Amino acid sequence: MAIFLSENSKVIVQGMTGSEGSKHTRRMLASGTAIVGGVTPGKGGQSADFDGRALPVFDSVAEAIAETAADVTVIFVPPKFAKSAVIEAVDAGIGLAVVITEGIPVHDSTSFWAHAQGSLTRIIGPNCPGVISPGRSNAGIIPATIAGPGRIGLVSKSGTLTYQMMYELRDIGFSTAVGIGGDPVIGTTHIDCLEAFQADPDTEAIVMIGEIGGDAEERAAEYIAANLTKPVVGYVAGFTAPEGKTMGHAGAIVSGSSGTAQAKQEALEAAGVKVGKTPSETAQLMRELVGSISS
Amino acid sequence: MDLYEYQARDVFDSYGVPVLAGGVATTPEQARDIAASIGGPVVVKAQVKTGGRGKAGGVKLADTPEDAHARASDILGMDIKGHTVHRVLVAQASDIAEEYYFSYLLDRANRSFLCIASVEGGVEIEEVAANDPDALARVPIDAGTGVDEALARQIVTAARFPDEVADQVVAIAVSLWKVFVGEDATLVEVNPMARTPDGTVLALDGKVSLDENAAFRHPGHAELEDSAAADPLEQQAKAKDLNYVKLDGQVGIIGNGAGLVMSTLDVVAYAGEEFGGVKPANFLDIGGGASAQVMADGLGIILSDPSVRSVFVNVFGGITACDAVADGIVAALGLLGNSATKPIVVRLDGNNVEEGRRILDEAAHPLVEQADTMDGAARRAAELAAA
Repeated sequence: MAIFLSENSKVIVQGMTGSEGSKHTRRMLASGTAIVGGVTPGKGGQSADFDGRALPVFDSVAEAIAETAADVTVIFVPPKFAKSAVIEAVDAGIGLAVVITEGIPVHDSTSFWAHAQGSLTRIIGPNCPGVISPGRSNAGIIPATIAGPGRIGLVSKSGTLTYQMMYELRDIGFSTAVGIGGDPVIGTTHIDCLEAFQADPDTEAIVMIGEIGGDAEERAAEYIAANLTKPVVGYVAGFTAPEGKTMGHAGAIVSGSSGTAQAKQEALEAAGVKVGKTPSETAQLMRELVGSISS
Repeated sequence: MDLYEYQARDVFDSYGVPVLAGGVATTPEQARDIAASIGGPVVVKAQVKTGGRGKAGGVKLADTPEDAHARASDILGMDIKGHTVHRVLVAQASDIAEEYYFSYLLDRANRSFLCIASVEGGVEIEEVAANDPDALARVPIDAGTGVDEALARQIVTAARFPDEVADQVVAIAVSLWKVFVGEDATLVEVNPMARTPDGTVLALDGKVSLDENAAFRHPGHAELEDSAAADPLEQQAKAKDLNYVKLDGQVGIIGNGAGLVMSTLDVVAYAGEEFGGVKPANFLDIGGGASAQVMADGLGIILSDPSVRSVFVNVFGGITACDAVADGIVAALGLLGNSATKPIVVRLDGNNVEEGRRILDEAAHPLVEQADTMDGAARRAAELAAA
């Protein structure tokens, strides 16, 4: 099963002929993803070669879907053009749009989010590493070699903390890992992932990674207390971040007294979530939990 | 990027939001000239990006140009909560009958925008929210449709603005929305929005935060940045396109990925508790592709920070392979030569880690030592900083 992405997913890449797009198309193919084509306006009808595999390039997402029945798009187009790329994918009726692009203006993100309401499209990102269901499919830039399939579901704002946590728990493995992105406005949230993991028979336990900024973790904590029966362990980054400074991710900022790591940790603990002080301690908490489930 | 009050005033003015006559001065002489050209009493206001300047003595009334000169001499150079005052806004003084509050801001949870308005302005809006939450109107805004006159009127009704100012506030609300969208702002706040005794509504003080991701469509925004107010190391880092934030500790930090670097700071601070409270000296994310040049730029800035006593390089090889990172470190130390003088603890994990560790072992640089885990490396770096 896994969530959002399975072995049946047919993936296209918007911006496949650009440098990032082609590099990661090659990597996604190597990890077994069913990539069926790419979209680059003006290059329709050409084909792009990836280590001896020719993939068709289309002018539009609509054409790509008509020809290939694609249901997932991974978007690598530059910030300037990202809004229209997402809107095009939504209008073409794609099921899942994974927006990797970093640096999209927040007025553009709110605009494509508003446009996607009531549509068929789930948006993951922007400014995210994507989603991987190890051994089945990989839509984005998460290295497929870190960890294999297993029983843990992972949701994280941060890409590198996703990699770190997958590495720490590679002995158990993952149903799906979702990097939801570090921007202030993102499509799929912690709560959306928690809900999907709760319903996924392949997922036994969940790691949730948050960071300073906003109150998504606090809201996720409330959701966990009210709705989840599967065990969750948590980790929050940014306890030492000063007020008013953006820490790398556009959304990672403590404003006044809101968005602190402390508040997020307390909210999660109040919801019964065990929160690790470091990534490795968090992994250890998960290992103990999964051990107790198995025995 | 947060604008100064005088910059916000200028932006408001250019979108037709009513503001008082005024100008910015960096010297008492300029303040006197601006006051003379306005004519009549003026207010001299310290330009600092922090609250509470009135209480700190940073806002003064001046009846004459000479008086404005004297008040500006008092205020320029003043320290307000750690911010030195380099500029004052000299603005026409105005009697105030009523003070209101009005803002547009990003609503992260709803992936949209929000208007907050109140007829209780002139004080911190958080205070109003805590003491009299019913006095705040919170009106969600659909990012697809924005604020037109009809929605502006709903806001005015919801916030219970008096009838006699309703039309003016509606017009200002529409203009402020144009500021919010036109400038790619994440916050536009007017506090106070004031009614003068003759019934005119004005934006008396404003806060504007701009989205730096939108800089590509606002070439003029770069000029609004006050690079002189930034920390000198942060300025150097910015010039080299590095994502760096200066902190007040002793362990220099370099890592790849914002989340991992934030986590590294925390882990170092925990480890530092054992060593007399050693803390991280900075945030520095060198991103995915850590070339030798980027590593050298980063190390160069961190080693030039006099408070740094040890350095922790924490890299998880995801897309970047650890051997490339190790090559980068060795090359960076070569580029830095004798200017590298502080111990460097390196933790590499992930993609091609064996090869990366071998490269560092073989280089056997006297300043570099490796650690197997992030926690162990943090502990060692803290220990070295305390030594």
